[in-house]
Amino acid sequence: MADVAVVVTVNGQRRSAVVEPRLTLADFLRERCQLTGTHLGCEHGACGACTVLLDGQAVRGCLVFAVQADGASVTTVEGIAGPDGALSTVQQAFREHHGLQCGFCTPGFVTSVTAFLRDNPSPTDQEIRDGLSGNLCRCTGYQGILAAVRAAAATINQETR
Amino acid sequence: MTAVGAGAARYAGTRVQRVEDARLLTGAGTFVDDVTRPGMLHACFVRSPHPRARIGSVDASAALALPGVHAVFTADDLNGDVVEAWYTGTGNTVPDTPRPPLAAGEARFAGDIVALVVAGSRYLAEDAAELVDVDYEPLPAVPDYASARTAEALVHEAYAGNLAGELAGAPAETIADAYDGAAHVVSETIWEQAQGAVPMETRGLVAEWSRGSRELTVWAGTQAPHEVRMFAARLLGLPEHSVRVITRDVGGGFGQKVVPLREDICVLLAARRLGGAVKWIEDRRENLQSAGTARHEHGEARLAFDDAGTLLAASLDHVQDVGAYPTPWPVMTGAATGMIFPGPYRVAKGTFRHASVFSNTPGRIAYRGPWAFETLAREVTLDIAARRMAIDPAELRRRNLLRRDEMPYSSPTGMPYDHMDPLETLERALAILDYDAFRAEQAAARGQGRYLGIGISCYAEPTTPAFGVYATEGATIRIEPSGKVNVYLAGGSAGNSLETTAVQLAADALGASLADVHTIQGDTAVTPFGAGTGGSRSGSMIAGAVAVTAGELRAKLTRLAAHKLEASEADIELARSRAAVKGDPDAGVSFAELADIAYFQPYALPPGMPPGLEASARYAAAGIGLWACATHVCTCEVDVTTGKVTLLRYVVGEDCGHMINPAVVEGQIAGGVVQGIGGALLEELAYDADGNPVATTFMDYLLPTATEVPLIEYAHVETAPGPGPGGYKGVGEGGAIGAPPAVVNAVADALAPFGVTITRLPLSPAAIASLIDASLIDHGREQETGGSQ
Repeated sequence: MADVAVVVTVNGQRRSAVVEPRLTLADFLRERCQLTGTHLGCEHGACGACTVLLDGQAVRGCLVFAVQADGASVTTVEGIAGPDGALSTVQQAFREHHGLQCGFCTPGFVTSVTAFLRDNPSPTDQEIRDGLSGNLCRCTGYQGILAAVRAAAATINQETR
Repeated sequence: MTAVGAGAARYAGTRVQRVEDARLLTGAGTFVDDVTRPGMLHACFVRSPHPRARIGSVDASAALALPGVHAVFTADDLNGDVVEAWYTGTGNTVPDTPRPPLAAGEARFAGDIVALVVAGSRYLAEDAAELVDVDYEPLPAVPDYASARTAEALVHEAYAGNLAGELAGAPAETIADAYDGAAHVVSETIWEQAQGAVPMETRGLVAEWSRGSRELTVWAGTQAPHEVRMFAARLLGLPEHSVRVITRDVGGGFGQKVVPLREDICVLLAARRLGGAVKWIEDRRENLQSAGTARHEHGEARLAFDDAGTLLAASLDHVQDVGAYPTPWPVMTGAATGMIFPGPYRVAKGTFRHASVFSNTPGRIAYRGPWAFETLAREVTLDIAARRMAIDPAELRRRNLLRRDEMPYSSPTGMPYDHMDPLETLERALAILDYDAFRAEQAAARGQGRYLGIGISCYAEPTTPAFGVYATEGATIRIEPSGKVNVYLAGGSAGNSLETTAVQLAADALGASLADVHTIQGDTAVTPFGAGTGGSRSGSMIAGAVAVTAGELRAKLTRLAAHKLEASEADIELARSRAAVKGDPDAGVSFAELADIAYFQPYALPPGMPPGLEASARYAAAGIGLWACATHVCTCEVDVTTGKVTLLRYVVGEDCGHMINPAVVEGQIAGGVVQGIGGALLEELAYDADGNPVATTFMDYLLPTATEVPLIEYAHVETAPGPGPGGYKGVGEGGAIGAPPAVVNAVADALAPFGVTITRLPLSPAAIASLIDASLIDHGREQETGGSQ
């Protein structure tokens, strides 16, 4: 199959490249854009480590081809903090509540939770658990992550009040 | 840390936020797959589709014809390059089991590595791997270790009866009297299923050979960078100083990344052959298929009691599956399982037998508490015994658990217990749970047809081994010319917060402000030797290394400050990165000013004091290790129609001595507990009857998710601090040791009305439903026959 030219806006920056049709969005971000914060934990859409926001929707970077993102806007974990480097509410909550240990799954949690709380800023505990169920963590037992999401939701609600 | 005293600011013991987090939360970490090198090539393995097969010809011509393919290596090409291949922790004097780089002559499990393809990209390397034509002649396999001793086929020709090795304690006859005279003898064979460590980051490395300088640089996802260096130097016959290993962020290890495995060996050999950089990043299918198995074992636990439930004897007859290529030598850990089996109990007699048995499956590797089966076998059998003797399981443990005032205590298998408080962990955990209230709730629920249960599990754990490669840990601490502090340590952090730990401890030991302290770990070119993460050793060993090194530096700072401030050394206090005179807070000098003198004004130093502000020292642990212990208490509800288990509460009473950082301690416990919950309920590296793996994706190998885990509650027992630095003991592995039997016992307790006895893991819904069905059928039969029991 012939290579394909794509243009993707990544974290607000326009990136153009000529790619093999089989190149995944995750590999495009990691290898072509040198954005290695998007991690590959399973490459079959189960672990969620490669989650990025594609036109705002949380998707698995390993299950989307770069050519499918042509013309779209992508936010990776590198694009979540403020322009001055200040951690977002979600990132800050993860830090304050020991929501990460090895940090490999963390970018996927940060992006997933960012989208989740945007769509549902006042989740119940069960909704939080369901919202996190597509992301696997092997270090924390999810204890700090659950606490971080509850805290981030509380902060967001306080800010918008 | 008595020797070096403490500054006014105390960080140890507090929930200091992690210094690792800022980079990891923003995608700025450096995991091994994030490393790229000029001209770097990518590796992919050709793996056997057969559990056992003779390897005939390997035709790589089509693969090599693919543009971008650089090499295809077979055993004939690479295996002869090995100079020495042994692990420092095991040594080269044990009867180690075979571990060829690429499978030579015979493939010994489905997934065994037969050839290595190196190409310009991983995509290309995978294409080429599919084009390598291997002529396999399938052979009868030994898929099941439990029947391997009598199998006709042999996994390794040189090992008759597929026996990798065995070890035993005192002969069973020598303690037979304890059983003969006992009021109750309870004997059960407990079976645990194969599980994987499954770090979220798979294995991987980048190995780069420089032909000009004859130097090897390895970027490794490892728990032990210095072990990788020593191993690689021996493997390639290089002087140790010609090998540099660099490790920054590691996405979990849990034992899987503690020593180089066969794929790592192949990539190291291939890099030298190719004279450049070669990257291999395992995919998840490979990880589940080939990165090693753990926990696959069974054992007959035999417990004897008097009529008051006093434990008289405890013995274990243990057999473990070591697969085809166990790494490292598995017999020693197997024997440890038997030696620790008597657990944290007052018991006079005990012994064990252990056998390590080969099968045509990947190979046993270390996984968080590699001997943990002893706790599963003992605690599950204890609960079975409690039911049979009609003694409450909490009360049975209360009668037999060791107390702090009984230390030191020698277990019947010769384990020298000391500095631990097992009974206190039980009492604290039961108090948090409110055991009596739960029993009342359980009785009420049963009245409504709901099945609630509670499970308890206690263990004693040898942490921080203090022998051989683990005996010492070094640190270098530099106060840089600006007054900022750098702490150099071997590292090997794989999520266990070793950077934060080092910064906390060093700030306290020097009297520096936390923000002024930084740490550099994981680069063998600049860090002192250390054995890395393993054996729950890092906390205590880093504390020791930092204490002895900072002590030297503190003495220098004090002497320099006394000279500068014209005060007595005895009156100098170090705090908040300043040296001040006691009782005169205005008379002080900052570390920055002292560093300026030490580096740039040698003439202003006290007479005879050497310039500079750095120290290197090495801590040697005393004794053989540090004993930690814990009690886990879990409650659950079982849906007796579907077999679904819902965990309700989970309490851990943990005695790991004093805590450097309670958040880190709790994180370690929680992670281990949830791995243990996975092992009890969900995870199974399953094989079909022929030895083909059937759990090679996360749709088949089920890790716990956020929807399954209970809130974990903690009781930190600090009544028996360790004898080492700070009173710290190990905490990395215990959660995974205590959890499986707590969960099993909770389920068994919930199902007690059905009279089921649980002896096999995992407790999948199907397994539970069939246990209930079988019990109902048995019960029906009993009724038909008039209930002869």
